[in-house]
Amino acid sequence: MLSIENITHSIDVWLNRTFSPTVAVLLESLIVGLCVIGLFALLGLVLVLMERKVSAYMQIRLGPNRVGPGGSLQTVADTLKLAMKEGLTPDGADKFLFNLAPFLVIVVAMMILAPVAFAKGTQIWDINIGVLYITAISSLSVIGILMAGWASNNKYSLLGAMRSGAQIVSYELSAGISVISIVVLTGSLRISDIIASQQDGWWLFKGHVPAVISFIIFIIAVTAETNRAPFDLAEAESELTAGFHTEYSGMKFALFFLAEYVNIFIVCAIAATLYLGGWMPLHIGHWAGFNGVMDYIPSSLWFIGKTFFLIFMIMWFRWTFPRLRIDQLLNLEWKYLLPLSMVNLLLTALIAIERWHF
Amino acid sequence: MIQLKRMFLKKYISEVFGAVRSLLKGMRLTGYYFTHHKEIITQQYPDNKEEMRLPDRFRGEVVMLHDEKNEHACTGCTACELACPNGTIKIITKFDITPEGKKKKALDTFIYHLELCTMCNLCIEACPTDAIKMAQNFEHSVYDRSKLTKKLNKPGSKIREGVE
Repeated sequence: MLSIENITHSIDVWLNRTFSPTVAVLLESLIVGLCVIGLFALLGLVLVLMERKVSAYMQIRLGPNRVGPGGSLQTVADTLKLAMKEGLTPDGADKFLFNLAPFLVIVVAMMILAPVAFAKGTQIWDINIGVLYITAISSLSVIGILMAGWASNNKYSLLGAMRSGAQIVSYELSAGISVISIVVLTGSLRISDIIASQQDGWWLFKGHVPAVISFIIFIIAVTAETNRAPFDLAEAESELTAGFHTEYSGMKFALFFLAEYVNIFIVCAIAATLYLGGWMPLHIGHWAGFNGVMDYIPSSLWFIGKTFFLIFMIMWFRWTFPRLRIDQLLNLEWKYLLPLSMVNLLLTALIAIERWHF
Repeated sequence: MIQLKRMFLKKYISEVFGAVRSLLKGMRLTGYYFTHHKEIITQQYPDNKEEMRLPDRFRGEVVMLHDEKNEHACTGCTACELACPNGTIKIITKFDITPEGKKKKALDTFIYHLELCTMCNLCIEACPTDAIKMAQNFEHSVYDRSKLTKKLNKPGSKIREGVE
């Protein structure tokens, strides 16, 4: 059967037969790198178009509908425009940090992709601390944002970066605790183990109410971590022009823009992996017939479907909710989400110890 | 003290539920718009020039109504000129001689500066004889600003019989 797993396996076998093992590993790394870059470009184009269309329909508008059939080439045109623009560096800026920041942000986004399982047996790097790796790396992206804000030598950029720092540092806690609750249920940090443990049902359904609560908290926290509305204080168009990337133009701006959308994809992929079983088809207990039917749908489609469903949810939030003020934002985290997620973690631990989950 | 604590807890929990409920209410509305495309109000303007329908209350310019005998209802009272907040209208009057040999004030030229007009509708409300009204034409672009200064009463037109 033609599946991604088989294709990657046969490429691996062919490379190892043709070249020496060292060269084969190097070539594989190159191929994986190219695939990641290609995926980034594709995600940027697709997600920006999706966002514009979704926002248009939610605001009773039509959205882009001129370039290409139904406006489908609009983002390609936008990318070409950005590629042609001059990447200005302001006079008063710290030139080195200013030019480094967008690359740091995008490299962090690329690094998080490593342990994400895209389909059955399709994972760049299945390390035994996958979840820990993801939480550790995703906290790095704030450094890129702070760097951009500081180096721009612009009050809006600095304000946006500082807000973003406060925001990401506080919401990291809730996101981390939500992730831990799934780790507690699974008993493993390895992504492939977490997916395998959802063989007989997704954690969202198996873990009773605490799993649902931690899922909701995780979605809220990652919405804040990716700096999206209703938590987009870091860019807050109406207050700070564009926040930390006010001074950026051309491809450097495009990298920030791309990183934002890739980050959304990544956090949604992680949420799908932890709570909705990643590439695992919808299985209910031991109903062999039902499970067999669900297995006919390819695992990559399951993964993409779940991820895009969550992305759509996050877009839905963005185009419905009003932006929070900075004090409301911190109140929400420290007074509501953090106590709730701590109590929730205790309940989850109780469920895991007593084996009450299905 | 215990009661106060209970009050606080009750408020805390009811706040959480109230917030969730109001957020879900908003999401239901946007979700409705997302799935019901007939609600879309965008006009794809140059393409739908023929079948485009503007809202009734849309105001594009001031026009003077003339009937088929080339008669209007303007008495030249200058109520519109006085009502206009930014001097868009200038009325020049003349004196007609009635058959009885009496002098009567009448409209000579109704000058309308479209380039100054803010479409506030005050002149139409001030007009005692409903001689002017707002039209929906909005394609006003011209290459010379002076073309926007218009004379609203048609050449050779005169006041309708019986309008005072």
